[in-house]
Amino acid sequence: MTALILSQVTKRFDRTAALTDVTLSVAPGERVALLGHNGAGKSTLMKIVLGLIPADGGRIDVLGVAPGSPAARANVAYLPENAAFHPSLTGEEQIGLFLRLRGEPAGKAGELLDRVGLGDAARRRIGTYSKGMRQRVGLAQALIGRPRLLVLDEPTSGLDPVSRREFYGILDRLAADGAAILLSSHALTEVEARTDRIVILSNGVVVADDTLAGLRRRAALPTRIQISARPGAADAVARELTAGRRNGVMVDLVCAADKKLAHLGSIAAMSDMIEDVDVIPPSLEDIYDHYSRRTLS
Amino acid sequence: MTAILGLAACEFRIALRNRWVAIAVAMMAVFALVLSAAGSAPTGEVGADRLSVTVASLTSLAVYLVPLLALLMAFDAVAGEIERGTLPLLLTYPASRGRILAGKAIAHLATLALALAVGYGSAAAAAFAVDPAAANGLPALLRLFWSSLLLGASFLGLGYALSAVARRPGAAAGLAIGVWLVMIVLYDLGLLAAIVADGGGPFTTGVFPWLLLANPADAFRLFNLAASEATTAAAGIGGAANAIPAMQALASVALWPFLAFGLALFALRKVTP
Repeated sequence: MTALILSQVTKRFDRTAALTDVTLSVAPGERVALLGHNGAGKSTLMKIVLGLIPADGGRIDVLGVAPGSPAARANVAYLPENAAFHPSLTGEEQIGLFLRLRGEPAGKAGELLDRVGLGDAARRRIGTYSKGMRQRVGLAQALIGRPRLLVLDEPTSGLDPVSRREFYGILDRLAADGAAILLSSHALTEVEARTDRIVILSNGVVVADDTLAGLRRRAALPTRIQISARPGAADAVARELTAGRRNGVMVDLVCAADKKLAHLGSIAAMSDMIEDVDVIPPSLEDIYDHYSRRTLS
Repeated sequence: MTAILGLAACEFRIALRNRWVAIAVAMMAVFALVLSAAGSAPTGEVGADRLSVTVASLTSLAVYLVPLLALLMAFDAVAGEIERGTLPLLLTYPASRGRILAGKAIAHLATLALALAVGYGSAAAAAFAVDPAAANGLPALLRLFWSSLLLGASFLGLGYALSAVARRPGAAAGLAIGVWLVMIVLYDLGLLAAIVADGGGPFTTGVFPWLLLANPADAFRLFNLAASEATTAAAGIGGAANAIPAMQALASVALWPFLAFGLALFALRKVTP
């Protein structure tokens, strides 16, 4: 059974369309990243999945039931963007409350906070926490029980690179246990290798839904070859390769991915004039821009 | 049930840390002691024991103070969660909105009960200190205590409803003060003016008693005064109290919490985070 199915979901706020015919699915054990600019509709989509706001049209199936129904809420965990909690409560008390709301003993709070690296701060008030620490409290509450679907709204914002890696490590284990994960981000660089599939939203429309390799292939963005010529040879190299010259020694060559090998062959043939070669594939940001810009025109 | 109790425990902890419990208890204690000191004059002549007289004074105090305390505790309940950004997450948990409201209400009622117990208790202690016959007034004090809780519950419910409608703590606080002013102060003044203008006509005999019953604060006052004959001597509203049976006033006091919580739940269900 698919954990989450959205089929042609539409949502309007007054006259502006927030989501238009959004169709996507997440299978158990799958980690799907939802990418988009601010205002692309990521948070709206998540709130619809959680049943916090109703959709205007389309079909939504959360673990086989309606979004927001008691059965759905019992098995779905949510981490809001900029997770906020009452500043007067300690981390332990806050997680204890969330545990009791899910029918679990409050005593498990310490263990959960340890798991997200907040064991030492468990008895301090949340008002004294940094943004990253609050985000960890948010993550800790999302781990309560064994959620079958996790909806995480920009979960890594406010986390340093080390914490981010730990965070994805936790997600990997959850996915390995069969949990379906839908997480949003505004940067492809943040999610890259740690997700199974990437869905790009632009102005409320799904413009891409594929693996990173698939996105890369379909975008067919040009590869850049950067050649450092030996002193004085830059002009000759540029002429030979019919490429642009950047400065006294660097020569830039931009080509389609499938022409790369042929070019490298001719570069190798001029090895006496060349000091070094770098092949730069399209960056993740380039790929993301490629998809998210398509609908703007 | 664990969900409701968990919410209530957390809410009570927050009230303790925000000094709300301390403020409520201190307010009730100070006013109750001041009243029992000031109300020492009429003893003896009316043939009532000292505690019964104190209960009459406390009734007039509670009519103002209990709704105020309840509204002050309740106005932040929903609007505060919205402003802090804690509501969306809470609403994705399996606990229904009714349970969330119940959890908050239990904590706030417990705070109110504590404040009332301390306030009324200290007034009773002062009465016992000077009059050994004060034990005669204990049933009246007990009645005042639980009916005060019912009155507080009505205004807690109204406060939650306002909080959900206003969605911002500032606006909710303004609405709460407005409701207090209209229902507690202006309502009675308006009725008084209408009676004077009516001059004993059909309004005074036919409509006025129902209007008194419709307001939980007036019904609360009527119930406590009508139920205790001794206290009518010490209060000015005795005429009205005699015209309306105590059971009708009690019915109003007991029904209002349900009405108010119904309104609160209706308003909370309309909130989309």
